[in-house]
Amino acid sequence: MVMDAPIEPESIRAQGHPWPSAAAGQQLAGVSFKHAHLQDILANAPVEGFFEVHAENYMGMGGPPHRMLTAIRQDYPLSLHGVCMSIGGTDELDSGHLARFRDLVRRYEPMLVSEHLAWSSHGGTFFNDLLPLPYNHDTLARVCSHIAQVQDAIGRPLLLENPATYVTFASSTMSELDFIKMMVQRTGCGLLLDINNVYVCATNHGFSASAYLADFPLEQMGEIHLAGHGAQVDDEGDALLIDGHDRAVADVVWDLYDSVIARGGPRPTLVEWDSDLPGWPILRDQASRARQIMAAHRVSPLRAHHVA
Amino acid sequence: MSREFLTCHLPYASSFSMGLMDPTLEPPDDVIAHADKGVTRRYNVYRNNVTVSLIDALAAIYPAVQRITGVEFFRAMARFHVRAAPPTSVLLLEYGRDFPDFIESYAYARDMPWLADVARIERAWLDAYHAADAAVLAVEALSAVDQALLTNLQFAPHPATRVLRSIYPVVTIFTMNKTDEPVSPIDLNKAEDALITRPDADVIVSRLPAGGAAFLLSLMQGATLGAAATAAFAEAPSFDLASNLGGMISAGVFSTIRHGG
Repeated sequence: MVMDAPIEPESIRAQGHPWPSAAAGQQLAGVSFKHAHLQDILANAPVEGFFEVHAENYMGMGGPPHRMLTAIRQDYPLSLHGVCMSIGGTDELDSGHLARFRDLVRRYEPMLVSEHLAWSSHGGTFFNDLLPLPYNHDTLARVCSHIAQVQDAIGRPLLLENPATYVTFASSTMSELDFIKMMVQRTGCGLLLDINNVYVCATNHGFSASAYLADFPLEQMGEIHLAGHGAQVDDEGDALLIDGHDRAVADVVWDLYDSVIARGGPRPTLVEWDSDLPGWPILRDQASRARQIMAAHRVSPLRAHHVA
Repeated sequence: MSREFLTCHLPYASSFSMGLMDPTLEPPDDVIAHADKGVTRRYNVYRNNVTVSLIDALAAIYPAVQRITGVEFFRAMARFHVRAAPPTSVLLLEYGRDFPDFIESYAYARDMPWLADVARIERAWLDAYHAADAAVLAVEALSAVDQALLTNLQFAPHPATRVLRSIYPVVTIFTMNKTDEPVSPIDLNKAEDALITRPDADVIVSRLPAGGAAFLLSLMQGATLGAAATAAFAEAPSFDLASNLGGMISAGVFSTIRHGG
């Protein structure tokens, strides 16, 4: 995606790694940044990597979190991933939270900035989960207005992530993909394609993940997420997949990723792992696998000629 | 007004969120699944995510309390609190401020009357961890001051500095349960005042000597050095001004000094 120039030159900024060139940036594979891995990361730098953090974890005033993020930002491009903006909610956006989010974007100049097509707060209570919304013209109008508000505040396009869901709504009048396409058209936002979420939803709601991905607007995709999932059963005893971020990426999700890269070309790819954290080498190897898949599809003109 | 009326006319976020913290409610009518599947277990995934993630958040803020009570006791206690007082801020680093008071009133924790103060240290620890960055006062700053003007000095605390007074040996209990090291018997009748500071990269918790809390709390309220020392001597005749002030400066308690009126 095209990155706008950073705004507010007078604001405090973390000095750091310049954004990679557009072509090199597309090839990056990264992982969630966890404080427990900081020493390993600084000692054992991955090549062509980037790190993603949950924005809310860096909304304290100061202290070790900002020190660690600044250290990471000095050596790597950063992706700022918001989880609490509640863009899919029925309440107004929290203006204080939006200002904090804007300040983080200004301070750390991330390569990527993303949020979720979901909600997490309502009526003054924060539920700390990504909750689902119906897909209809009312919700589309509200989501678009929320996205526009965020993009106005940060002065650049936001990437919106497709959710992992366990239920649907009787009041939905359109498919998730139609909703997403209209959302992109109306707001100019980009998309963060979470392939694990697509697989989880396809299983939970009885549709084909490949068909969803075949219809996904890959040209709007600014980032890809991969993660591990767990399994429970629904009321009928059928598999109900849970987007747990607590284990390695499943082989079936790697296969879907391969097909997305084959069709859409390389994109910054992030392996999310948020609980039951593994040692650094395991996480690094997950990113390497994504990098290898992107490299395998990077066909030189000569080789393309050969293959043809 | 019947429940049916409510769920049909409320925005989806209202009807969806009502049952998240109340397991006695049915999933909202608008919530469905393909092929006419049931939605009980599906909606329960969200219920579980909300409650478990908030209990996890409290466990992350209060690790020493959890070590003292054991995981099962802690999670049962935290579940009551999460249901009664879910977060109002999206920042989990702000969550659980009223958990120490809840612990104090929790019937099953009555035989651990010091537990709430351990929780108060842990909450102060997290506030110190996220507090704004500021330089700490150097020891040399004081030696540059004219002796005659010392008593009129005022001390601005570093943003991370917190004081917690307790009638229990709360620093000893906290320190012993901060790691997985074995614990040893202690005298529960000993009062301790905790000092929480962030002199450099890390938050430290120390025990204030006699009169230290009265002295520091006076300074933090804007009293001059002379007035704060008087307050400290009034509480503890054994108060040692030089060692308290020196210890506090090296623990990173202060950020700046100025001459008071």
